[in-house]
Amino acid sequence: MAGKKTIRTIPQERTPVSEQPPMERIRNFAEVNCGYTENEALREAQRCLQCADPVCIAGCPVAIDIPRFIEKIGERNYRGAYEVIAKTNLLPAVCGRVCPQETQCEGVCTVADTLEPVAIGRLERFIGDRAIAEGWTTAPYIEPNGYRIAIVGSGPAGVACAADMAKAGCEVTVFEAFHRPGGVLRYGIPDFRLPNEVIDAEIDNLRKLGAKFECNTIVGRLFTVEQLIEELGFHAVFIGTGAGYPAMLGIPGDSLNNVLSANELLTRCNLMRAKQFPNFDTPMPLGKRVVVVGAGNTAMDAMRVCLRLGAEKVHCIYRRSRAEAPARAEEIQHAEEEGIEFHWLTNPIEILDDGKGNVRGMRCIRMELGEPDESGRRRPVPVPGSEFEFETDQVVFAIGTNANPIIGQTSKLKLNKKGYIETDETLATSMAGVFAGGDIVTGAATVIEAMGAGRTAAQNMKTYLGIRDANLSYDGDKDTLFGINLRERNFVRLRVR
Amino acid sequence: MNEDRESRFEIVAREDYSDVTFMLEVQHQLMARAAKPGQFVVVMSHEHGERVPLTIADFDSKKGTVTLVIQAVGKTTREMQQTCRIGTALYAVAGPVGHPSLIGDAKKVVCVGGGLGVAPIFPQARAFKENGAYVIGVLGFRTEKLVFWEKKFRSVCDELILCTDDGSIGIKGLVTDGIKLAIANHPDIDEVVAIGPPVMMKASAETTRPHGIRTMVSLNPIMVDGTGMCGGCRVKVNDQVKFACVDGPDFDGHKVDFADLMTRLRRFADEEKTALERWSQTCRMKGLAEP
Repeated sequence: MAGKKTIRTIPQERTPVSEQPPMERIRNFAEVNCGYTENEALREAQRCLQCADPVCIAGCPVAIDIPRFIEKIGERNYRGAYEVIAKTNLLPAVCGRVCPQETQCEGVCTVADTLEPVAIGRLERFIGDRAIAEGWTTAPYIEPNGYRIAIVGSGPAGVACAADMAKAGCEVTVFEAFHRPGGVLRYGIPDFRLPNEVIDAEIDNLRKLGAKFECNTIVGRLFTVEQLIEELGFHAVFIGTGAGYPAMLGIPGDSLNNVLSANELLTRCNLMRAKQFPNFDTPMPLGKRVVVVGAGNTAMDAMRVCLRLGAEKVHCIYRRSRAEAPARAEEIQHAEEEGIEFHWLTNPIEILDDGKGNVRGMRCIRMELGEPDESGRRRPVPVPGSEFEFETDQVVFAIGTNANPIIGQTSKLKLNKKGYIETDETLATSMAGVFAGGDIVTGAATVIEAMGAGRTAAQNMKTYLGIRDANLSYDGDKDTLFGINLRERNFVRLRVR
Repeated sequence: MNEDRESRFEIVAREDYSDVTFMLEVQHQLMARAAKPGQFVVVMSHEHGERVPLTIADFDSKKGTVTLVIQAVGKTTREMQQTCRIGTALYAVAGPVGHPSLIGDAKKVVCVGGGLGVAPIFPQARAFKENGAYVIGVLGFRTEKLVFWEKKFRSVCDELILCTDDGSIGIKGLVTDGIKLAIANHPDIDEVVAIGPPVMMKASAETTRPHGIRTMVSLNPIMVDGTGMCGGCRVKVNDQVKFACVDGPDFDGHKVDFADLMTRLRRFADEEKTALERWSQTCRMKGLAEP
């Protein structure tokens, strides 16, 4: 390597990424962020200092070897970069798009002490997209070990666990309640942020590893978790069913027509393609003046979907201030650019009826920030006498979710007070051989955190089953596969096809 | 994506009971084994279809089939009436969802079915019978010609009261008249179970309220996923918000806010009309094009 890079020698400005102009993109569902070109990626790759003690890896919930993959981009060895990422992350094209990098890898990036951080997420996406375009896959021939694993839910936690177990030689079946796999990636995140083709490609990678998907299967109802082990012959189970039971506002008028959860709006639009109604049968009637309550990623997605469906005006109502909004910074910025009107420190107290069961308006109250609460954020308190009315004909609430009750209702798994599945630190549940992770354990979190949980569960599941080589890794540079010398025959026997 | 389609849900039998009501028997081994009275499935007839909740009208674990009885009232159900033939397959069938009905230790029960509720009340009547209860069936039809499953019901009911609008068979009147008759003849009724259009369930609940008879109803709000994820099916019961798909679909009829349910069922009235009109038009056009 020529000369050590320093903070003075690297390109000072973070390489911008081209985006669809706001006024154009609010009329389509195409991706907002167009991704780096090769030259842009090469330039941005130069900004990585290749720290001797990289903190970014620790900032990543699945511990991607970030400096290494960026180094390979710099060498134009994109396949190599992909293999570095694929060691720990099956879904680079997804994570590059939806991870909150600013609070993870980029948040701790050393460059960020002085300059803007290295655009790790955009680089990851660059590699992920290239892998899809080139059809790269790290799937080797894996000698089956005879263990059968059931994964409940095909969202990020489930697919991460499925990938690791499949790589270890297990026969993996992923059960999905919907008619298409992907979980929240499919029903929740809209096309302009995560195109369906990207999900398809990443799911196909998992199929290449040998995992099977069984859609239209509601575990708990079609068969129970107990039956998976006792009757259907699975040796271990991972539950990653997510936390999709939408919380209601609990204020007068919240059962009026045109009041709906962001989950319903997004599911209708993303999974059921209501945006193509009547070519697709599922309808999504839309108000002219839409109010979305909440300021998380789901709220941003819901608002931006409404704009694209043709709402004249979309408002965001949030009881705290912008600083406390849980959405990714980029999402809030995109929403602002697209003309969403934000009403910070505002709380709805009643939804008003037009006399026919529809929404006519909303009564709100102004808030101010008081003392910090248990989440560490300053608690919003109402300002007396500040109530006002607001005209709207559709209210969408994106105020979080509760635990989905189906698994709890139908199994003996121990739940906590809030209905989430209780696990120990290895993500083992109260039932032998049954592990759980993701939102159904922690409550609503991020895609990458769920993937991290899926991988942790996989590792412990292997220990539980007695599968050796729990830390398999694939290194395309060396004469090894998953960290195993190819000439050696191990417990898990591997050979290249 | 071929593997997503590997699950084919083949239609193995079909019977038409009237110009709007038809029965489909769908092959689904696991579903037939898991289904219990009161549960429903979510069906997509084709890839572009909507997800429709349909109560399971019967199940046969030996044959490995579940039976759905469908009323062709909207775009999707009319289309299914045209396209679902023996040997064809449904695109998606998920379930069985919802809590199974509580078949308690009631000694004497009235099972009431009207309109699209006639078929789904059958498994409950059968389950009560198997549990040793005295079962009185009350079924409502417009006219004799539309009556179906009479024999089937007679095999599980100790008494069967048919009610028709025109009196062409059974008594002339609504199912509420049938319930009144049953109550008059049997002062010791422990429970009434009513399935049908909301207005019928509401009237049934009002009929039994003065007598203090426990009355269960099966609610049918608009749903998307049927797994507790969208909240579209929320209903008000005893002033609390419940999701019909995972908290129901059976609720105490005396506590259900039927006005709220009926308002919410009109949520997509305009879109339903658009879809139906557009579909009927294409059908007519196709009809013209074909020799």
